[in-house]
Amino acid sequence: MNHWIIAPVILPALIAPLIAWVMRFDIVMARVASVVGALALLAISMGLFAMAADGGVEVYKLGNWEPPFGIVLVLDRLSALMLLLTSILGLLVLLHVIATDWDRKGAHFHALFQFQLMGICGAFLTGDAFNLFVFFEVLLIASYGLMLHGGGRIRLKAGLQYVVMNLAGSTLFLFALGTLYATTGTLNIADVALRVREIPVEDAALVRVAAMLLMIVFAIKAAIFPVQFWLVGTYANAPAPVAALFAIMTKVGAYSIIRVYTIGFGPDMAATGDMPGQWLFWGALVTTAVGGIGVLGSRRLMTMLSFAVIGSMGTLMLAVSTFTPEGTVAALYYLLHSTFAAAALFLLADLVVTRRGTGDVLRAATPIVQGGLFSALFFAAAIGMAGMPPLSGFLGKLMVLDTVWTMPHAGWAWAAVLIGSLLTIVGFAKAGSSLFWKPTALGEEAVAEGEPAGMTALAPTVVAVAMLALLSAFAHPVSTYLEATAADLYAPDAYLAIIAPTVGEGG
Amino acid sequence: MEAILASSVGILTAGGVYLILRLRAFPVILGIALLSYAVNVFLFASGRLAVGAPPVLNKYADVPYTDPLPQALALTAIVISFGMTAVLVMIALGSYLESAEDSVNIDITRPDVDEDDVEPGTGTVTPR
Repeated sequence: MNHWIIAPVILPALIAPLIAWVMRFDIVMARVASVVGALALLAISMGLFAMAADGGVEVYKLGNWEPPFGIVLVLDRLSALMLLLTSILGLLVLLHVIATDWDRKGAHFHALFQFQLMGICGAFLTGDAFNLFVFFEVLLIASYGLMLHGGGRIRLKAGLQYVVMNLAGSTLFLFALGTLYATTGTLNIADVALRVREIPVEDAALVRVAAMLLMIVFAIKAAIFPVQFWLVGTYANAPAPVAALFAIMTKVGAYSIIRVYTIGFGPDMAATGDMPGQWLFWGALVTTAVGGIGVLGSRRLMTMLSFAVIGSMGTLMLAVSTFTPEGTVAALYYLLHSTFAAAALFLLADLVVTRRGTGDVLRAATPIVQGGLFSALFFAAAIGMAGMPPLSGFLGKLMVLDTVWTMPHAGWAWAAVLIGSLLTIVGFAKAGSSLFWKPTALGEEAVAEGEPAGMTALAPTVVAVAMLALLSAFAHPVSTYLEATAADLYAPDAYLAIIAPTVGEGG
Repeated sequence: MEAILASSVGILTAGGVYLILRLRAFPVILGIALLSYAVNVFLFASGRLAVGAPPVLNKYADVPYTDPLPQALALTAIVISFGMTAVLVMIALGSYLESAEDSVNIDITRPDVDEDDVEPGTGTVTPR
């Protein structure tokens, strides 16, 4: 048993209380500890990624209790990939926050940040549905603190909505888990897969109820129509760097859907069949449309970026809803892309908005310093988000369109993705011209506003945009890895093997 | 027994959903609390109902036992929902003190712009 598997959970869990109790009055120490923690997490994730790359499924039995009786953490290609994504994004956001002094605007930023990383890493690693609920709560309670960081009337009101929405979602999660346990007698995802296979179709009504309740819970996290309403209010009113970190939170929902509905309730199972995919398809379709229309109609930059996130989640879930290996490859590639695209846009929005006299309202105002640099970065990130070549958004959307082509109602999906992309392009062009272009028409005499951003403040945004270019340049090795990942999910023998021998022995 | 338990879950859930839909901070907190009670009872029932049976196996005699796992799940759920309710109360209180009203909805007349930040007369918005 390899103890490194639990390190991504233990490490932030140890650093966070240290920061909260020992370093609470010393921001320099807290920053050092937080960055060291994030760097160590990145190193561990890289190690785990290398370990999982050969296709083995590593299982970590907590307390050495045999699954399905004990809780297990499972490391496979998908978990390792998500961990690596989380640790890279976490480090970028952390460096940005330190460079822009966001962590001085309220107490305990770094402690909450580490708890957030702990919850996200735990959710990606766990192989147990109830444990997934617990890690969801950990990442949510940290996200409440981060979302309210800095305070303010609107932020507190938006935070209240966010908390209420998620508490209702958590209750629904528990109802789903109760139903699942009552019907299958287990909460271990691999064991659920084995038990659901044994349930005849005519007795499967309650299993289907449990599967769909879980789908609603994950859809809330992934912001899929009709439960996407919380996202805009939350992301648009959260501190912009926190919104950049939240780019991974919607992906926790997407990851859970991919994990549970390929392994737990796979498309090959008679009890649930293709029901999850059918519901997800129409939800994702409307989500894509909502995102595109929202981008076009937004009057604030942060609101617009939030709708762009919703649109990208719609596109991502369209690919997921095929529940085929090719669809999952497209979904995972688009997941990597949209995480960095959203993070780049939110980090850039923070740099721009704090320098503008008019905040993030999309209206021409006095030009800001380094307007040329910011507009170039905005242009690149917007190209990525809208899905135009040469960045990875284009390849991602191409893969998504290619895989949904074989589905029934493919025409609807193509129309939604393509028209949504067009609306996104128009919306971003409109926003870019009122943020960067129109101010230049005010003439040379207008004094540029704000302090110039230093290298440290710009670096995370530049790196996030560079990740899009790298994803595009190295699309072949990335998609080769993703193909192996997807193949594991649809032929989960290695994953299910963590259960099978024990059940045989235990009788 | 089953009828009492099932109807209590149903009534608590119905009350919780109704209170959440009131969209005022205090009823919403009560509604979330009622929902968490309902789900705790529901979790308890997911291991089947057994009266007076211990949650351990007896290897010396074939006596009835009850499934211990739902009890552990309900315990975890109670702890989490208790903590979350405390956080919710604090945030609701903070929101009420900041904005002097307890509606969960954000004012829909100007949803995009924080009114406090708009300078009178000019219509321009200062950054937060």
